[in-house]
Amino acid sequence: MSSAELNGLYQQLILDHSRSPHGHGLLEVSTGSSHQLNPTCGDEITLGVRVEGDTLAGIGWDGNGCAISQASASLLSTLVEGMPVGDARALLEEFREAMRSRGTIELDEDRFGDAIALNGVSRYVARVKCAMLAWVALEDALGQSDVGHSDVGHSATAPSAS
Amino acid sequence: MPNSASPLLDEEVTALRRDFPILSTEVNGHPLVYLDSGATSQKPASVLDAERDYYELRNSAVHRGAHTLAAEATEDFENARATVAAFVGVDADEIVWTSNATEGINLIAYGLSNATTDPNAAALAIGPGDEIVVTELEHHANLIPWQQLAVRTGATLRFIPVDDDGALPLDALDQVITERARVVAFAHVSNVLGSEQDVARIVARAREVGALVVLDACQSVPHQPVDFRALDVDFAVFSGHKMLAPTGIGVLYGRRALLNALPPFLTGGSMITTVTMERAGFLPAPQRFEAGTQRVSQAIALAVACDYLSAVGMDRIAAHGRSLGQLLVEGLEQIPNVRVLGPAPGADRVGLASFDVAGIHAHDLGQFLDDRGIAVRVGHHCAQPLHRRLGLIASVRASTSLTTTTGEIDLFLAGVADAAAFFGVRP
Repeated sequence: MSSAELNGLYQQLILDHSRSPHGHGLLEVSTGSSHQLNPTCGDEITLGVRVEGDTLAGIGWDGNGCAISQASASLLSTLVEGMPVGDARALLEEFREAMRSRGTIELDEDRFGDAIALNGVSRYVARVKCAMLAWVALEDALGQSDVGHSDVGHSATAPSAS
Repeated sequence: MPNSASPLLDEEVTALRRDFPILSTEVNGHPLVYLDSGATSQKPASVLDAERDYYELRNSAVHRGAHTLAAEATEDFENARATVAAFVGVDADEIVWTSNATEGINLIAYGLSNATTDPNAAALAIGPGDEIVVTELEHHANLIPWQQLAVRTGATLRFIPVDDDGALPLDALDQVITERARVVAFAHVSNVLGSEQDVARIVARAREVGALVVLDACQSVPHQPVDFRALDVDFAVFSGHKMLAPTGIGVLYGRRALLNALPPFLTGGSMITTVTMERAGFLPAPQRFEAGTQRVSQAIALAVACDYLSAVGMDRIAAHGRSLGQLLVEGLEQIPNVRVLGPAPGADRVGLASFDVAGIHAHDLGQFLDDRGIAVRVGHHCAQPLHRRLGLIASVRASTSLTTTTGEIDLFLAGVADAAAFFGVRP
């Protein structure tokens, strides 16, 4: 009874990750942390990173939101943990471009692995913010790590995800 | 609200639906099931035609100019004011056009803070030691303007709390509304809970302490007979777009004497008497609050919307809504893991229901329903404090109108039930 598009949005992998998320729980020691809020629906996430040298050595998050936002945070954590920071930033830009493409750009499985399950989101313009929430938090947290902040923890509310 | 009128018959609703062009559209391959009237209503062809006719036949600037079209437009504009005034039981010069209810509340709040620096309006001045009282169930539109008024004036904002069930018990009313209260502002009908507040009781207490009463009537005026004079409130606001009219038009009602004592909010053309380079005199209400070019086509269309609602009968629309409200809660209560917010089945509620489904986020449920062409509201419905009080971040709201059929309620309930299987939530 559900459309192919809806089944594409809520693939089993998305539902599984939303119910049993990876990376859930805040890091004890972080080099950067970001709180992101989607004010239209109240979804929020706090995501921390631990950068060691050029490596994203640790990532952890806590949040509340829809299946898309929770699964996206989970898939992101699995994808980027242990990765060179520069590679994580490159994926982040590719992800943003795909999400904003209204279904015209697909994520590359070789680069995104299971996170390609989020491909269905870009057709639903109103849900792109849900998928982006954790990625925007990662971008902000990495930025803080750059400027030498350590264990920022509860930083002020950052601009809303976009 | 006790009401002896009978709900609309299915064939009557079917006939009404033919007047609403959008109701014959399809969404995602399904006939549109529009259950978001609490956010904004759909429009009948007569309202749409009224706006187009105005622009095609009489468009010109009102209250200025001596040509024929200007005179006709002014007459239509003022006739619209009289129609809307009669619709809510007050006089035409007590009706101020605004963009929407939010602007109306801001107009009152800014008028009151302007009174603090206007020697001619000292009686309305608010300052440190004074209190502004709202309730915990307010829409942000009836909360934030008062928070900001408190910030600007040094007054204190207080609120009547809701209980765990979302009810607004008034036992402690005398402790919250004290001799220090200058304004008491509250929603007639909650946009989240669907409950109607005991206006008479709150007004009686406000009168005892000499506080002004501001009624947010956004969710009552479109769906039930409302008489502001009978309710004995000082100010009231509502929005046209929630009652079959276009966006961009809202209404502020104020008692004549109060409107004429309240300093203006927006100033400029059309609201003045004599202007020099140093100062200006202001017209009496309503013009003193209508600076600049007005929303003429929208006001005329709002009057047509009022006529449409009156022709159906507000008492019957109210009975229809309350009957659908019961169908909603009774059906939702049968579905595992559903928690309905607000009045329990059998208790009075208007034609809307907000609810939470354990294990399914509101956004996901809304997406699932949308896939079947069912439009509901998801999120906090501009009432974050109320949701927080009820232990939620978001909920789903189904809200009905005079064009909602019982069949649509059945489709909606089936959708909610099916969502549990889709999202793998165990009963």
